[in-house]
Amino acid sequence: MSSRRISDLANHRAGAPHTSMFLRMLVRAALLRRGRAASALLAMVVATGVTTAMLTLYIDVQAKLRKEFRNYGANVVVVAKEGQALPGEALQSVQSVLAGRGLAVPFAYVVARTTDGQSVVVSGTDFDQVRKLDNWWSVTAWPSGAQDALVGARAAAVVTPQGKPFDLSFQGRTIHLNLAGVLRTGATEDSRVYISLQEFEKWTGVSPATIEIAAAGSPEEVGGVVQKLAQLLPSAQVQPVRQIMEGEARVLGKTRATLLAASALIILTSALCVLSTLMGWVFDRRRDFAIMKALGASERLISGFFAAEAAVLGAAGAVLGFAIGVGVAAWIGRANFHAPVVPRFNVLPLILVGSVAVALISAALPMWMLQRVQPAVILRGE
Amino acid sequence: MFVRLVYESFRRQKRRKVLAGIAITLGVGVATAMIAVATDIGDKIGRELRSYGANLLVTPQEDTLDLQIGGVDLKPPSDGAYLNDADLPKIRGTFWHHNIVGFSPMLPVNVEVRTEAGTSNPTLLGTYFAKQLSYGKEDFVTGVKITHPWWKVQGAWPDDNSQDVLVGENLASKLSRKAGEQIEIAGQEHRISGVLSTGGAEDGQIVAPLGLAQQILGKPGAVRRLYVSAMTKPEDALARRDPKTMNAELFDRWYCSPYVQSIAYQLQEAIPHSHAEQIRQVAQNEGTVLARIKGLMLLVTLAALFASALAVSAAMATAIFERRSEVGLMKALGAGGASIAALFFVEAALLALMGGVVGFAGGALLARAIGQSIFNSQITIEPVLFPFILAIAVVVTFAGSALAIRRAVNLDPVYALRGEA
Repeated sequence: MSSRRISDLANHRAGAPHTSMFLRMLVRAALLRRGRAASALLAMVVATGVTTAMLTLYIDVQAKLRKEFRNYGANVVVVAKEGQALPGEALQSVQSVLAGRGLAVPFAYVVARTTDGQSVVVSGTDFDQVRKLDNWWSVTAWPSGAQDALVGARAAAVVTPQGKPFDLSFQGRTIHLNLAGVLRTGATEDSRVYISLQEFEKWTGVSPATIEIAAAGSPEEVGGVVQKLAQLLPSAQVQPVRQIMEGEARVLGKTRATLLAASALIILTSALCVLSTLMGWVFDRRRDFAIMKALGASERLISGFFAAEAAVLGAAGAVLGFAIGVGVAAWIGRANFHAPVVPRFNVLPLILVGSVAVALISAALPMWMLQRVQPAVILRGE
Repeated sequence: MFVRLVYESFRRQKRRKVLAGIAITLGVGVATAMIAVATDIGDKIGRELRSYGANLLVTPQEDTLDLQIGGVDLKPPSDGAYLNDADLPKIRGTFWHHNIVGFSPMLPVNVEVRTEAGTSNPTLLGTYFAKQLSYGKEDFVTGVKITHPWWKVQGAWPDDNSQDVLVGENLASKLSRKAGEQIEIAGQEHRISGVLSTGGAEDGQIVAPLGLAQQILGKPGAVRRLYVSAMTKPEDALARRDPKTMNAELFDRWYCSPYVQSIAYQLQEAIPHSHAEQIRQVAQNEGTVLARIKGLMLLVTLAALFASALAVSAAMATAIFERRSEVGLMKALGAGGASIAALFFVEAALLALMGGVVGFAGGALLARAIGQSIFNSQITIEPVLFPFILAIAVVVTFAGSALAIRRAVNLDPVYALRGEA
């Protein structure tokens, strides 16, 4: 090789930025010790995956459980004040306040008489909505025709013991009804007869006095709905159903607290797993460290090198782990709540920062130990 | 020689052994705590779900139809049948009495209330607040304070043997009465011990001790309906079957499971001429919510077990990997693969046992702390769990070490000693 070409090469090398050597060392270090680097990355990925899954679940579980709690039925009830009726457009006002985030079902009641003079409470309502609101109602068959009635189990024994069509009268006006299905709830509904609201209004001329509402969302959102309704409907009494609201808050609070404790334990364990693997990985490379030092690399350069390596590992692990964790959370959501858990991308920066921090700490500890040792001692294998 | 090798390894390599030991202890501790919490969570959340109130309603068998609209009872008091309050303590004698959290009898009476503003006719509801009862030698307390935990009183709860009453908040503001004042009910003066807020029909009613309601009605011992709050097992196919169609063996199994149906059956047996029915709104949803939360905790526990298993194996793998030159030396001195593997496995087993014992104790304390701080009650750990946890610890430690040990055994001593492996 001519001296000219050597000096060319030297010039070329001198012109090259230092970063290229730094990058090369990073890449080669990972490639040459594939096994160790892969196991460190695996630990990182699994730890961040589990952490992502737990955090996503923790954020989402509230919404998921709230949905389950809405099966308890109405959490807000609008009742006409004594001696007053609900305004005709009350139901529309309620619907507009809810804006699709909940259900509103009107109920109208009168006391009617059977042909043999027994009193029974008859209610007019919207069957399609009741079915969604009160899905604990055990019903043999839902009414479909106009003359069809849903009769409570105890009322059935009085109004139509043989299941034949029956007559009910209210203020001298009689309605002829068919028994479509029997209703069983274990509460006062068992003593009532339910018919469709249109038929009820045609027959009695009485309009709904109660609107039962299942408002979705947090206690604050439900409180907002109650306030807005109270303003919109001054002639009505708008009451949150405390039995439902308080029970929900309590169970939800305890569940979330338990999940939080569990998440903290799991995250701690996986951070520890990463710490021990990475510490081993860095400690294992004390020969690299010693050689670099013997060749005259400054402490800062070496620390920077190991820190960059750890940071890259942490970041790569975090991104891969996030993807896996989102998948795990989605699977748990589907398996347990029959609804997928949506990925929370606001968790990602948290995971990224956390895993890079853990990686840096686990690199710093062995570095600190190695720095006090002479390179010669390490190179001699002692 | 073998024992000495193991002993010296523990004595001289304290740092590595301590690190691996800590990992195992932590892993076992987390696993123990999570298993304990997960096995107990059903019971704990079940208890919390009782804050939804009674899930069983007992009514007289021969009762006429309820005429209730918006919580106001329109049924004339002469109508219908009654239960006898003398029968109520018998509930404590039923098979599942430990699962019965509490019960409250209710007796609605229409009364006339006279104030300066005029007379009105609200409903007076007689009930137990926190009544002292005894069954056999056992004393217990029951009433709405237990079965209706969302009832809030401004002022004081009345004594069950007094003539004091609670007034619902809507009624109180209508009559402009406050706690501590007097009110004339059915011609007699009574002290208002507090104002009641329930968010339900009771807000427009007077709530009084059961004795007072019976006295006004003139029917001593009468109870219109009885609310029972019981901890139940989620319904399954067996629960829904009609007990009349079961054979003796199946019936015993049904009877001895705390299904809401079988508890209802036992309540009917205990209280003469009664009909018990599950309140489906509470009873049915309880099962689904409980199943969801239990399922969630089970999956989370699996995640915890997985994370701790991984932590333990990572620590073990690192610990063994660091000892390559030692393996090389042993091999150079003529040790076989089997004896090297045996050495590592014995060390791993010792570490697992020590970490397992300490971790189990730590996990038990952790579970207790979680139970105490979240549920205000103890989470007890079944001693049966101990050998189980210990076995898991050993298996996981072995599994974690296995790969590293295999690599150590296959190591060429020359490379290992030169530090080039």
